[in-house]
Amino acid sequence: MSTGGIDANGQVDRDGPPESEPMRRSLSRLRTVRHILWGVILLAGVGLGGFELWHRTRPDPNPTAQEMASSIVANFTLSTHTGATASDATYRGRWLLVFFGFTHCPDVCPTGLATIAQVMDELGPEGEAVQPLFISIDPERDTPEAMAEFVSAFHPRIVGLTGATEAVAAAAKNFRVYYERVEDASSPNGYTMEHTTSIYLIDPEGRFVKPYSYSATSEDIADSLRRKLKGKGQI
Amino acid sequence: MKYSSIFSMVVTIFILTGPSLAQEQARLGDLVIERPWARASIGTSRPAAAYLTIRNEGEESDTLLAVRTPLSGKAEVHAMTNDSGVMRMGPAGPVEIPAGGEVSLAPGGLHIMMMKLQAPLVKGKSIEVTLKFERAGEITITAPIYGPGATRPE
Repeated sequence: MSTGGIDANGQVDRDGPPESEPMRRSLSRLRTVRHILWGVILLAGVGLGGFELWHRTRPDPNPTAQEMASSIVANFTLSTHTGATASDATYRGRWLLVFFGFTHCPDVCPTGLATIAQVMDELGPEGEAVQPLFISIDPERDTPEAMAEFVSAFHPRIVGLTGATEAVAAAAKNFRVYYERVEDASSPNGYTMEHTTSIYLIDPEGRFVKPYSYSATSEDIADSLRRKLKGKGQI
Repeated sequence: MKYSSIFSMVVTIFILTGPSLAQEQARLGDLVIERPWARASIGTSRPAAAYLTIRNEGEESDTLLAVRTPLSGKAEVHAMTNDSGVMRMGPAGPVEIPAGGEVSLAPGGLHIMMMKLQAPLVKGKSIEVTLKFERAGEITITAPIYGPGATRPE
């Protein structure tokens, strides 16, 4: 028999001596193993595909700007930190910088509000057409008084908004903001909040424009706002 | 004239930076604690945060096991994780300081969270923070308190 050819039984001759009976048996066992392995790979593939499909259909807490623009409605009716009722219509004609958070937040919310305060300082007089809003997703603790104490520590131009649980939930839903109460024994009142940390830009007609990432610097946001203000003029 | 002006410049730089550098650094064995600072708290019911950088100049890693401050009933290192734009916070557990490396506690990331405040953290004052390391032991540093809107050591 020649080496490397195909023998009369159609079997590949792997340069070895003619196959003995035990070798034939072990070859067929190998074939079974091979079939099982292919099966495993196939199953893994189906599993991965299924996971990917599930993952895609799951609501994405941070969709792309385009997806957001089509679904975000900047509607809310809440109470300001001075106790007045305010809705999105109250602020028509101004650009809105909207940030969601809570006042018992030790790191993220002060940092976000500090960034917004720096944006307002950098804009100076140009910033008159910009209204920063801080909306509480923790109405249980965030009374208008608590909001007043908190926002005034950052910038006189920031307006804090809070309200009844349902009003806050409706605002968050309209902005597609995710928030969740997390039990934590070490936190005040035994809980803390997890929430979306993007800063939303709303135009003077009340339409959502874009989100700024939490990690955007005040210079980035101020530059972006200046371009928008110039494009549309001072309204 | 020229040399003397350069000399006076160098002296001025030393005078300006010397004392502040001395305050901003503390050494414990191989560890250097740099630029500690805290944010003023808004009232006492809300938790406060402090930040610093730990540099390990040694050849073995060390671990930050615990933190405490006299102003707070409970202090812990907390970590922020950004899960697709949603910030989640939780105890960081022991924090490893790798040999030859550094770990920064900074806004939006790791921070010393001070809970159950017994007194507010007032801007312009300072707070003592004790850090307990597995190998190096304990050190107490003094962190200046900046405004509630501070985002970095001034």
